[in-house]
Amino acid sequence: MTTTEIQFSQEAQQKVQEILNQYPKEKSKSALLPLLHLAQAEFDGWLSVPVMDYVASILKIQPIEVYEVASFYTMFNLQPVGKYLIEVCQTSSCWMCGAEDIVRYLEQKLGVPTGEISADGMFQVKTVECLGSCGTAPMFQIGDQYYENLTFEKIDAILEELKQENKRSRYC
Amino acid sequence: MSKKLLLANDHIPGINTLEVYRQHGGYKALEKALKSMKPDDIVEEVKKSGLRGRGGAGFPTGMKWSFLAKPEGVPRYLVCNADESEPGTFKDRYLMERIPHLLIEGMIVSSYALGANTSYIYVRGEYFYIIKILQKAIKEAYAAGLLGKNILGSGYDLDLYVQPGGGAYICGEETALLESLEGKRGNPRIKPPFPAVAGLWGCPTVVNNVETIAAVVPIVNISGDEYAKIGIGKSTGTKLISASGHINKPGVYEIELGVPVEEFIYSDEYCGGIRNGKKLKAVVAGGSSVPILPTELILKTAKGEPRLMSYESLGDGGFATGTMLGSGGFIVMDEDTSVVKNLFTFARFYHHESCGQCSPCREGTGWMEKILQKFIDGKATMSDIDLLWDVQSKIEGKTICPLGEAAAWPVAAAIRHFRHEFEEYVNRPESIHDVKHYFRLNNIEEA
Ligand SMILES: Cc1cc2nc3c(=O)[nH]c(=O)nc-3n(C[C@H](O)[C@H](O)[C@H](O)COP(=O)(O)O)c2cc1C
Ligand code: SF4
Ligand code: FES
Repeated sequence: MTTTEIQFSQEAQQKVQEILNQYPKEKSKSALLPLLHLAQAEFDGWLSVPVMDYVASILKIQPIEVYEVASFYTMFNLQPVGKYLIEVCQTSSCWMCGAEDIVRYLEQKLGVPTGEISADGMFQVKTVECLGSCGTAPMFQIGDQYYENLTFEKIDAILEELKQENKRSRYC
Repeated sequence: MSKKLLLANDHIPGINTLEVYRQHGGYKALEKALKSMKPDDIVEEVKKSGLRGRGGAGFPTGMKWSFLAKPEGVPRYLVCNADESEPGTFKDRYLMERIPHLLIEGMIVSSYALGANTSYIYVRGEYFYIIKILQKAIKEAYAAGLLGKNILGSGYDLDLYVQPGGGAYICGEETALLESLEGKRGNPRIKPPFPAVAGLWGCPTVVNNVETIAAVVPIVNISGDEYAKIGIGKSTGTKLISASGHINKPGVYEIELGVPVEEFIYSDEYCGGIRNGKKLKAVVAGGSSVPILPTELILKTAKGEPRLMSYESLGDGGFATGTMLGSGGFIVMDEDTSVVKNLFTFARFYHHESCGQCSPCREGTGWMEKILQKFIDGKATMSDIDLLWDVQSKIEGKTICPLGEAAAWPVAAAIRHFRHEFEEYVNRPESIHDVKHYFRLNNIEEA
């Protein structure tokens, strides 16, 4: 894929305009993080080099300025991800309330170790740090959705529902 | 003691909408501010209130505001810190989700007080759905003439925007947040200059926590003097506490500062005691960065006085026997919890979150995680305890921002108060498996 083939949808282009209006004209680089989120939502949940180059071209900045930012922030995926990226919090309160059990259960159920994408491309488990949901531990996030006070039964139901739905999780 | 200034109406259906929020006294502070107060009057009220920053450091808000430089012809900015990523802390999320207009009203009043005409709320990226809630509420406020040009006919203009982060704890540090808002990596800046002089795009900027800004609303409503009567000593007002861990009722509680810790943990009004009838082992009282305290020291100070939920009382005894109120992330551990393993999750966190600019932090956090991993794996020796102490002691005061210290303090406190547990893992490596937290799921009592 070359940069010229990559383009935001009409709707996303409109969003780009709205985002750019949030800053003084000469400060449009501030739009970089919002645009990377948008790009990730538009292009299969991850940022390829051509996608990052496309974002650079919109903001009229050097591609390196995009790469260095994209690689700094945990939320930007620089590799392809499963259709549903299951981000399990593993920090203190969640750990205390069984996060390790959650991870193990997911690995068993999906038949892949943490980090890898399941054979059908549907699921990928990732461990992450505190998501601000410690009072409803254990928890995970998929796309923009928080799943809290998890139990094995709840996880069964969630995975079943996502399999039925079978579309990439929503971001932004 | 349940005095509520922020969350009094949090359970009213529809309070997230402008209409219901207004029916319950919402935007009265804004009307009062714009119609009867000059910007400096508001700063004065905030000073009188004794309000201290709720983001963790507890710096007096009125004083911070009075430092804001006001050069002619240069815009000033107010930036709300909603990055909320300190493990154990989820109060800002609760407030923004339930009563988004409280934050928005606080932002308008505070922006007016500071003379800002553009303001931003920087929200941690993972809170996608909170961002949507805020954007919706902001839209409502614009439509009602509470934002935009000539707000409520006062001649005051304000634009308010929401900016998402990218999943980096360090962006909660205010200068890293500003870098991030400028579209860069979240590397903290060397201070001075402070943001009050050169902040966002080099302009004078105030950065305040969500809860701090929300608290400006009741302060304007009831006056700084009345606010200062609530709480205890220099810990004025109320504080949102995020309570989590092995308690019966985890959640966000608004407390009047000065509630005894024991009451907070055991009363049904708050945490409702320890789960499954277990005993209390330790508490991390103010988010992952503050020193952990064992039961004896969290319930009572070293002098034997009841420990209170206030900046002063939690700090009593310094780091030798005390801790900090911090962000109010109150993590409770029962008798079966491994303090070492919990510390390992913190160390892993800080290692992951270090921005990497300073060697003591970048390398030190990695070392601490690795050494703690040895304890978990049953491979540690006695000298590893000393090595761990040594590494943590070489971070404090040697870094650009306080993340390094935040990583070191919990390690120091765990060794200080729970050295025997580290020794136990060296002497009896298999004892790590005695810890039963693996079977806590669904609140099921282990057999
Ligand atoms: C590593 C680090 C992370 C921080 N994270 C947050 C945060 O998530 N939210 C916050 O309000 N303050 C955070 N702070 C404190 C901010 O730097 C700043 O002091 C605060 O936003 C000021 O607001 P306040 O005076 O209203 O508390 C953090 C500080 C450090 C060093
Ligand atoms: S102390 Fe750590 S997080 Fe802070 S600037 Fe230095 S390396 Fe970055
Ligand atoms: S510790 Fe898991 S959400 Fe905070």
